[in-house]
Amino acid sequence: MPFGNTHNQLKMKYSAAQEFPDLSKHNNHMAKVLTMEMYERLRDKQTPSGFTLDDVIQTGVDNPGHPFIMTVGCVAGDEESYELFKDLLDPIIKDRHGGYKPTDKHKTDLNPDHLKGGDDLDPNYVLSSRVRTGRSIRGFCLPPHCSRGERRTIEKLSIDGNSLDGDLKGKYYALKNMTEEEQQRLIDDHFLFDKPVSPLLLASGMARDWPDARGIWHNDSKTFLVWVNEEDHLRVISMQKGGNMKEVFTRFCTGLTKIEALFKQKGHEFMWNEHLGYVLTCPSNLGTGLRGGVHVKLPNLSKHEKFGDILKKLRLQKRGTGGVDTAAVGGVFDVSNADRLGFSEVELVQMVIDGVKLLVEMEKKLEKGQPIDDLMPSQK
Amino acid sequence: MASTFARVFSSRARRVGILSLVGAGSLATGFFFNRDYVGAASQQRKLYPPSAEYPDLRKHNNCMASQLTPAIYARLCDKATPNGFTLDQAIQTGVDNPGHPFIKTVGMVAGDEESYEVFAEIFDPVIKERHNGYDPQTMTHPTDLDASKIRSGQFDERYVLSSRVRTGRSIRGLSLPPACTRAERREVERVVVDALNGLQGDLKGRYYSLTQMTEQEQQQLIDDHFLFDKPVSPLLTCAGMARDWPDARGIWHNDQKTFLIWINEEDHTRVISMEKGGNMKRVFERFCKGLQEVERLIQEKGWEFMWNERLGYILTCPSNLGTGLRAGVHVKLPRLSKDARLQKILNNLRLQKRGTGGVDTAAVGSTFDISNLDRLGKSEVELVQIVVDGVNYLIDCEKRLEKGQDIRIPPPISQFK
Repeated sequence: MPFGNTHNQLKMKYSAAQEFPDLSKHNNHMAKVLTMEMYERLRDKQTPSGFTLDDVIQTGVDNPGHPFIMTVGCVAGDEESYELFKDLLDPIIKDRHGGYKPTDKHKTDLNPDHLKGGDDLDPNYVLSSRVRTGRSIRGFCLPPHCSRGERRTIEKLSIDGNSLDGDLKGKYYALKNMTEEEQQRLIDDHFLFDKPVSPLLLASGMARDWPDARGIWHNDSKTFLVWVNEEDHLRVISMQKGGNMKEVFTRFCTGLTKIEALFKQKGHEFMWNEHLGYVLTCPSNLGTGLRGGVHVKLPNLSKHEKFGDILKKLRLQKRGTGGVDTAAVGGVFDVSNADRLGFSEVELVQMVIDGVKLLVEMEKKLEKGQPIDDLMPSQK
Repeated sequence: MASTFARVFSSRARRVGILSLVGAGSLATGFFFNRDYVGAASQQRKLYPPSAEYPDLRKHNNCMASQLTPAIYARLCDKATPNGFTLDQAIQTGVDNPGHPFIKTVGMVAGDEESYEVFAEIFDPVIKERHNGYDPQTMTHPTDLDASKIRSGQFDERYVLSSRVRTGRSIRGLSLPPACTRAERREVERVVVDALNGLQGDLKGRYYSLTQMTEQEQQQLIDDHFLFDKPVSPLLTCAGMARDWPDARGIWHNDQKTFLIWINEEDHTRVISMEKGGNMKRVFERFCKGLQEVERLIQEKGWEFMWNERLGYILTCPSNLGTGLRAGVHVKLPRLSKDARLQKILNNLRLQKRGTGGVDTAAVGSTFDISNLDRLGKSEVELVQIVVDGVNYLIDCEKRLEKGQDIRIPPPISQFK
């Protein structure tokens, strides 16, 4: 809606060549895929809510690229974006999600009983376990495009929708009504999210009207957490200290299922389809939107020359414990699944469980000065 | 998880129907865009009453927040300029930036010349508040670029280190930085650079495009303190001015480095005349000559600057309407800077002080940037004369304090409130 692209007809006064962005210094998925011909074909289109191609790509135009990470460079403004601009988004999805084709179907599986093991990751090495995903409410525009009225309605639905009980019973803290003490406590618990500072997010318009209609819900035991109206409508997080990933995943699935039921009671559902799974703002989070991971101590293994290769074969990625783009501190890494789309939730968490088990085994061997060559995994 | 919506998309025949509807829709809404763009788009969006969309401004302290009532919002929120710029876009920066603790920011921007008309109901009170009671509905703004009228425009160079005059100009017919498309921005660059290349004599110079600058050129411009960077202030980025950076941005300056133009930063153009020392009269002469020459050159090609009687020169931020002029000096005032009466003296002289790094910086070693407070309601000549008279007064105070004599607070210069 904002950011000067609502006046699509104004742009049509100029030719596609005059409007085409200069992507000569860019290195992101959008810049790799967007040609002049594609731009010409798509630039006069808009979704029913008024989101245009230029809105989709603005963040990728403004952010030429990260030196080490290939960013996506585009966002959706609503569910229809993925359909209307598929000529651009399908190749990006394919490139980002390991060859996922426009005809592929995505499997959703949120049944924790299908998980094998996962309750016994060694807590001497695995310090904490966490699973997160996102959900979008069908019929509303996404954070880059939503109006204040829409965002507030999503917040209202999320607050009402969170009348959960038992282990999930909790409270909502609106960012703009928070007291000083509440704010400090949420910071100490590592729950509080701040106004985005990354230019990747700011350039897409997600931080407009901050902190209006943003907030955090969490249960009393602080193991289940929902962010409202940050980068997506909802970000859902289940976490706890130690290595019982099975318990974390079970709570995750139970919580999501209950939240979904509460929304349905009010006549709302999540954005989902057979091809793309759960629909979120960034194409990198399609499918499961799931990142399941642990903070794990691997001081020896992380220095091994094959560490990166092992992770790759296990379909895992490492980050520092501050999240994406931070460095590891004291040999402790955040290890999580690399994939999002084309695998079910159970499959991805299983990969994390099996993979982390192996990594810890390797670490223990290296501690004792033993070789790990016979433990090398094959490509999953 | 099938819903009505998913069923529509999975049906191939109807998918074709939906897409062609969107295609036809863009043509149909093209008609609506000129009259009621937002209304047309919002037929397919969730419809909320203005009260549900009204921003939460309770913690805000800027001119927009002070003036934008729910009633005004309700009357304006469905309107758009002929280019499609909306009220929500105009106020976004003020919603996103509640306010500076010491400086009351404006909190809204124009996306095009017509914004000031279509949204006059909010712009006019904001302008009135910011420009000390100037009422665009009843008053007219005088323009005067005749530098020969300046008296005593040569300062004592034992005190004044440098002199500078800046303003901005917008090209009529093209949208302003918060709203412009890439093609429009490139057109601004083309039109202005084309005109600047026609300048002769001491104004003759060269253009440095930000996208094509070499490393050495970049370093030279940094050393000369000419290079402007991508805006980091959220006041500007939230208004959308930094989109597509550094596309179509650049710097032009004359060979002597005394006349400088920024292209497509916060405005279409920012025009700066400056030199070391205290010859403000000469700085202003070059300023006027340069502006008039550039105007003549763009008019030859059928373009003109945005200007009207009510608001003078039209720029992106309402704070820069009228003359858009800030004339100032870097001046050493070691004794006066410690005098408790300094602020009152400045207020009465209609001057403001800043650190030598610009707005919001601290003074270094009692050297201040002193410039005019006002922009609208007084002409360029009047404002530069105010600076000349005021700075001369300050230097006189400094000299008196040097000799152990007392100083007086001058009577306040009249305003039109």
